Amino acid sequence: MKKIEAIIREEKLESVKRILEENGYFGLTVSKVSGRGRQKGLSLQWRVGEYRVDFLPKLKIEVVILDEDVSKISHAIANSARTGEMGDGKIFILPLDNAVRIRTGEDGDNAI
Amino acid sequence: MSINSADTAWILVSAALVMLMTPGVALFYGGMVRRKSVLSTMMMSFAALAVVGIIWVIYGYSLSFGPDKAGILGGLDWLVLRQVGQEPSAVYASTVPHLAFMIFQAMFAIITVALITGAVVERMKFSAIVVFSVLWLTVVYCPVAHWVWGDGGWLAKLGALDFAGGTVVHIAAGVSALSLARLLGPRKGFLGKEPMEPHNIPMVALGAGLLWFGWFGFNAGSALTSGGLAANAFVTTNISAAAAAFTWMILSWRQRRPSLLGIVTGAVAGLVAITPAAGFVPPLAGIPIGTIAAAVCYNCMLFRMKRGIDESLDVWAVHGMGGTWGALATGIFSSAAVNSAGANGLFFGNALQLAKQLAGAAAVWAFAFIATWILGKVIDVTIRLRVTRMEETLGLDISQHGERAYGGMMR
Repeated sequence: MKKIEAIIREEKLESVKRILEENGYFGLTVSKVSGRGRQKGLSLQWRVGEYRVDFLPKLKIEVVILDEDVSKISHAIANSARTGEMGDGKIFILPLDNAVRIRTGEDGDNAI
Repeated sequence: MSINSADTAWILVSAALVMLMTPGVALFYGGMVRRKSVLSTMMMSFAALAVVGIIWVIYGYSLSFGPDKAGILGGLDWLVLRQVGQEPSAVYASTVPHLAFMIFQAMFAIITVALITGAVVERMKFSAIVVFSVLWLTVVYCPVAHWVWGDGGWLAKLGALDFAGGTVVHIAAGVSALSLARLLGPRKGFLGKEPMEPHNIPMVALGAGLLWFGWFGFNAGSALTSGGLAANAFVTTNISAAAAAFTWMILSWRQRRPSLLGIVTGAVAGLVAITPAAGFVPPLAGIPIGTIAAAVCYNCMLFRMKRGIDESLDVWAVHGMGGTWGALATGIFSSAAVNSAGANGLFFGNALQLAKQLAGAAAVWAFAFIATWILGKVIDVTIRLRVTRMEETLGLDISQHGERAYGGMMR
């Protein structure tokens, strides 16, 4: 099994959620995060003058998937989260030792 | 003199309105600091309500308004409110109880101290703030209030006009703020260009709203009667606030976008500038006074930032410079037809009045800057002005008050 951590634009949550569900992955965890990348920062105004904020709000989606789905799911997420502008985010794929469903105690692929 | 019940009602309501401005300052300043220091910032204003509220009745009022000593200071005859009772004073506000005039003035002393705290947020020790508040009220505010408003005060005798405290409140607070901020030094990270991001602009807007509202008590209440003069001051006040808010909105729009922080700052600048003039100038003078106030304060703020001075919430730029412009504007636009206790200004053929206004402003500038510097130095060598680096990093809410504004990990 693999864990996917995708950093995406806030407004892309719905489409990514939908595409994951279409591919059979209903469960996911979402957190609000701040980060920076090629999009650089944002210029905001004070009472006079401006200041830069170089950490922008993004969402981090975490989802655990079967090994054989890695390519399909990572492409599906990328396609559904893309605008083509800088700041679309990144997808990280991590190896995972095991998972346990707390309610039943099932583990391994059955727990996903 | 006999008591006039309409005047009395208006003064008491006005005192309550001015009281509400200090929590307004707490919100206005509290929203502009980082989240780790919002409580400490608000606490400084509430401490002024607590500390000055007591000192004023013990000796502050007597030092400011008591029987004159050489034009410099009031005497101690009215210590602990002796001779200050339900009957009107012989010299001030002769149609309202002396107690009503005294408490109205107390609110001015309180907010003046609260205003200064905007300069020192996120780094000044709370104990030092309390000590400074007591000393500053005694050494700076009481004498200046006496010079300008006291019966026999030297600036009053000179003929310098200050209807509701442009000089006594705003120049004194703004200049002292600059002096104290220079002594204290910048917040950690300020010179490294770390953004000192305002953490809650809606709170700033709420505070500005309370200030605008309370300012009607501040200015129209300063008529000390409830008649036409109060109405004149009320109307000039609103016109100037609107003109300055509008101007600042345009200035920020021209720069980039019309900002909320900008429009509310403009409103405050306009309110400051009309303060000395409100009961001496015709209503429409509020338009040039407010418009120019916004331009002056805006540019002073830019100047302050360019110089790398962490006078954190621009008390000097808004109150010091807005008050200075207001003092001069009073000398330009005042008309004896509006208020027979006033004088004609430059616009009505009396250039001398402008010179008197300049003299009054300059005297208070110099006195407030130097006296505050000395007081700050004394506090620094005795109990220290500043928190430790670690306390500053942690934030003053936790290090000074053991509280945090937005607690609880969840829900």
